Amino acid sequence: MQKTSYPGLAPPIARGYGGIGRRVLVFLGLLVLLALGLVLGVGQGAVPIAPGEVVRALLGLSENPIITELRLPRALAAVLVGAVLGISGAAFQGLFRNPLADPYLMGSAAGAAFGVTLAVSLTGGLSSAFAQHAVFTHLPASATLFGFLGALGAVALALLLSGGASRTGDLILAGVIVGSVLVSLTSYLMLQDADRVRAVFAYTLGNLAFVGWNGVGSLALFLLFTFPLLLLLGRTLNALYLGEETARSLGLPLEGLKLLIIVVVTLLIAAAVAQAGIIGFVGLMAPHILRRLLGGDYHYLLPASALGGAVLLLLADLLARTLVAPAELPVGILTTLLGGPFFLYLLWRGRRVA
Amino acid sequence: MRAPRAERGAGPKQLGASSLVADGVSFAYRNRTVLQGVRLELCPGEWLALLGPNGVGKSTLLRLMGGLLRPAAGEVRLGGERLERISSWRRGQQIAFLPQSGGYPEDLTVEEVVALGRTPHLGLLGRAGQADREAVEWAMQETQVSAFRHRLLPTLSGGERQRVLLARALAARPKFLLLDEPTNHLDLHHQAEFLALLAGLRAQGLGVLTVLHDPNLARLADRVAFLAEGRLLALGQPGEVLTEALLQGVYGHQVRVRQLEGQPVVLLGG
Repeated sequence: MQKTSYPGLAPPIARGYGGIGRRVLVFLGLLVLLALGLVLGVGQGAVPIAPGEVVRALLGLSENPIITELRLPRALAAVLVGAVLGISGAAFQGLFRNPLADPYLMGSAAGAAFGVTLAVSLTGGLSSAFAQHAVFTHLPASATLFGFLGALGAVALALLLSGGASRTGDLILAGVIVGSVLVSLTSYLMLQDADRVRAVFAYTLGNLAFVGWNGVGSLALFLLFTFPLLLLLGRTLNALYLGEETARSLGLPLEGLKLLIIVVVTLLIAAAVAQAGIIGFVGLMAPHILRRLLGGDYHYLLPASALGGAVLLLLADLLARTLVAPAELPVGILTTLLGGPFFLYLLWRGRRVA
Repeated sequence: MRAPRAERGAGPKQLGASSLVADGVSFAYRNRTVLQGVRLELCPGEWLALLGPNGVGKSTLLRLMGGLLRPAAGEVRLGGERLERISSWRRGQQIAFLPQSGGYPEDLTVEEVVALGRTPHLGLLGRAGQADREAVEWAMQETQVSAFRHRLLPTLSGGERQRVLLARALAARPKFLLLDEPTNHLDLHHQAEFLALLAGLRAQGLGVLTVLHDPNLARLADRVAFLAEGRLLALGQPGEVLTEALLQGVYGHQVRVRQLEGQPVVLLGG
């Protein structure tokens, strides 16, 4: 009989995941980590700020421009983008019935990168200041919009090529093809204008420095409407564990639901990737870790993955800003550097157990 | 959104008013015709075994009767109503389907898997109530999986796992159960155990349709339908259908049928 998840990554626990107590504990732990991560993330940097001062500023009891103008929007961007990556990863893993499915799987990342690069090369929209001090300047609105549309367009194209959402295997293949073509087009555009390449490149590597309050605001507003839709799909994703045919036999209108999942995830990912670039492995790691702690029930896994993704990206961005201070790393490089070995370790341990 | 409760509108009284009927159904994959004008009735409380060589459309017929495929011609009726007119939720409440290898969840406990069977009654968002919990308990009792309700599926044996998946199908408290080669991966002991379980369910009024390969398992059923080349070749009690002439004609292989305690036993070879 065929298993629905990768054998090397099977949970080592023979018994179930305990009852409600364990779940409450995991969620409480995530919230505590999130609060700690926020205080730490806002406090650490070129100018360290004491935790007490951070908490006072966060509560609005004192004014600190470093916090309100720089660190807080960046930390909130990490929370929002991380949450999007976590929940999208969980949803795609359920939809594609593969624990290694990535939220960018259907070409959205390549589409966003292409859109941003195209916008920059069309408008010459990067001021010289942006090119030189990319870290302190926000991405122009046109680039964000193009990134968003690029991600949507790539997934729409993949859907079109695979003839809708009914055949999941075709969908993945179409996404990979569209992604590859867009990556080469992006590279071509970059070669045309070497001066701007660095800034665009820094963006595609994943960087929360570009987001700013406007980005945080629009992202938050956007999430408000799309996020709850995913939280409602717990039963659908659970039923998909049994295979698509069985899920349909249970009465689920699967064609529509699969399309809904793809559309919502694509909207979320497009919004996130347009603001912060491509940040790898968070969407893989957060659901994976939480699946081990909570079990596979998507009613809990979806919200927990959102919280877990937020915590992971918050901490990763903290490291990205402080490891090589006063310079900083694109957070996408860091998550990939940390995520790669994490999965190698899981593979290695799975093999040893087997 | 909560799916409508079952047991509503029994439909007009007519022949086959309480059964699941495939009436002259045909089906083709692209250009290849798989089924042609097949008529088959599954009654409540009977176990009907669907037999035939590989690729004659047994599984296709099962899926047509479960509403997972649409017939190109003819129709499938559930309690006298056309299956296509019935909402997918109500269809799921009355017909449960267990595929041959739909895969199984690795990260869910036995109880969580069985509870998924309540989906047709809960819809997308409904919360499980008392009736749902009772149905899950009943299904786990029937299949004797309650003892390991908190365990994860990969830790179970193949036979136990198949019983859990059967419990999932039963949890909807369906009227009809469609099983595609349910004993395929089971050893002799677990095959016998599983089929005894089916026999017990039939006694509770459930209509059971199983695709089977082995004529010697099919002989335990109430009736056997023999499919060949997209048509229903024979339908009747096992003793009537499982004859040397029919089996040799279809499989082109020397077959002997002997009677054992009034039941046909099929032996291969001269």
